[in-house]
Amino acid sequence: MGERVLLRGNEVIAESAIRAGCECYFAYPITPQAELLEHMARNMPRLGRTFVQAESEIAAISMVHGAAACGVRTMTSSSSPGISLKQEGISYLAGSNLPAVIVNIVRGGPGLGNIAPAQCDYFQATKGGGHGDYHIIVLAPSTVPEAGELTMRAFDLADKYRTPVMILADGMLGQMMEPVELLEPIDPATLPSKDWALTGAKGRDPNIILSFDLSPERLKEMNLLLQEKYAKIVASEVRHEETLTDDAEIVIAAYGTVARIAKSVLRMAREEGIKVGLFRPVTLWPFPYDPLKSLAERVDTVLTVEMSAGQMWEDVRLAVAERAKTPFYGELGGVVPTPRGILSEVKKHAR
Amino acid sequence: MPVDTANMTKVFERPKSLTDARYTYCPGCHHGILTRIIGQAIDELGIVERTVGIAPVGCSVFAYLWYRCDGIQVAHGRASAVATGIKRANPNLIVFSYQGDGDFTSIGTAESIHAANRGENITVIFVNNQIYGMTGGEMAPTTLIGQRTTTTPEGRDASLSGYPIRFSEMIAQLDAPVYVTRQALFDTRRIADATKAITKAFENQVTGKGYSLVEVLATCPTNWRMTPIQANEHVRKNVIQVYPIGDLIDRGA
Repeated sequence: MGERVLLRGNEVIAESAIRAGCECYFAYPITPQAELLEHMARNMPRLGRTFVQAESEIAAISMVHGAAACGVRTMTSSSSPGISLKQEGISYLAGSNLPAVIVNIVRGGPGLGNIAPAQCDYFQATKGGGHGDYHIIVLAPSTVPEAGELTMRAFDLADKYRTPVMILADGMLGQMMEPVELLEPIDPATLPSKDWALTGAKGRDPNIILSFDLSPERLKEMNLLLQEKYAKIVASEVRHEETLTDDAEIVIAAYGTVARIAKSVLRMAREEGIKVGLFRPVTLWPFPYDPLKSLAERVDTVLTVEMSAGQMWEDVRLAVAERAKTPFYGELGGVVPTPRGILSEVKKHAR
Repeated sequence: MPVDTANMTKVFERPKSLTDARYTYCPGCHHGILTRIIGQAIDELGIVERTVGIAPVGCSVFAYLWYRCDGIQVAHGRASAVATGIKRANPNLIVFSYQGDGDFTSIGTAESIHAANRGENITVIFVNNQIYGMTGGEMAPTTLIGQRTTTTPEGRDASLSGYPIRFSEMIAQLDAPVYVTRQALFDTRRIADATKAITKAFENQVTGKGYSLVEVLATCPTNWRMTPIQANEHVRKNVIQVYPIGDLIDRGA
């Protein structure tokens, strides 16, 4: 078993990245993820690894582009406005089939918004974000320990599929402290080598990393290969969690911090005799459409609750279709829903 | 008359670090000469097996095609940041970015200045032809006053679009860079000088001295609407008045 420590979410993500063998980290300061950057600044140089405070988010993701091309595990982190700036680089990483981890500790938007927790970047994270036909894997932890586990998993998925992977958390998860059992560190030297990486063309033909081809036919082929990869990810990597759904009449669909709050609502509602369950996507892309579809066959209502104006709600409705009612409750601008607030929404839909 | 090559000594050949791929550049453009002399420098230092070339966006987007070394094509303006990522990830690699004036001095301003200011141990080749070649001859920050381009059809007017930017002079103000120089290719003497400068810029990286920048004044006969000879004369007579040739700093000695 690993070491048990009390840490905030930002630090757990940073420490887990180090334990996953992240050798190069590049970022720019922004609230509410500053502790992540600071943890890396304290620890990466001590371990002989790379920490660079970049001049901008664009530079940071471009440095990730370079490090990823060399085959090392690499990460950047930011919060909403900074993630907007990184979209250019994320598109290049996706188009170049390069593995990297990007952390978004989401805050209120749009524009400068504020520094309070929000889930308003769901569309940006799951539907592409930058230019071109691509997806990135999006993992949504709902507790601090899970943020650590998913960060380590993000590096494995990135390498397995040669794709960018995003940890989509929010300011609450970033700032909150919880006891965490840290996973055992991986020695980067033990990771499988990457024969496509830029290591110097010694005794082999040059390796060239590209995201472009001027020929429409060949670029179409490159795109089809990406789509094949996405189909494999959809087939193998969907993760979700169900709580008390066996006898549920109403299911709350929520992820991240809101899913955690919803767990309190399950207990409160059941004390009042309302059979409520929770459906929590862990992978936001690929979205657990099939499990939610099956669940929708046997419940009356799937109530989506988000800290947004209804972004995941679109995916919930795609999955549920006409099988159940699909009401929505959202809070905006950094307002975090309370268990009582969610409970009163649940009651509106109870039989 | 048939030529007997049996007893001849080869005194000139294609650098070994270059591939056989044909250039995609227009006739008379200096990119071809520059590609060749970079190859000569790589040959001279014997570093092709550990070199990584970074191709930008612009006319030189295909730069990776011409070297027998690893390569990567990156986002417009970000080559110096990507070079930082590569060099930090694997300091044993010899990393050079090849960037045009739009890439290096316009959209990549922040990345260009900060890689230099951190003193990244990389080699930057900055090709200044005072125009956006690939997109059709638009104004660049480096365009001369009065120069006609497709976005300054009456000539660049300083009151509307500022002055030619002397970017290398800005980089030379920083404490970290080791070597900053401006070179040209309009005659054989300048080509020889530029070859020496580029070799030195790579050598500084090999010996761990730090950041080197070689600005190379290049022609764009197509978009300048000139013959290659007129374009060479334009550099000799006009361009070097605005962008003087020579070393700006050399702290590597």
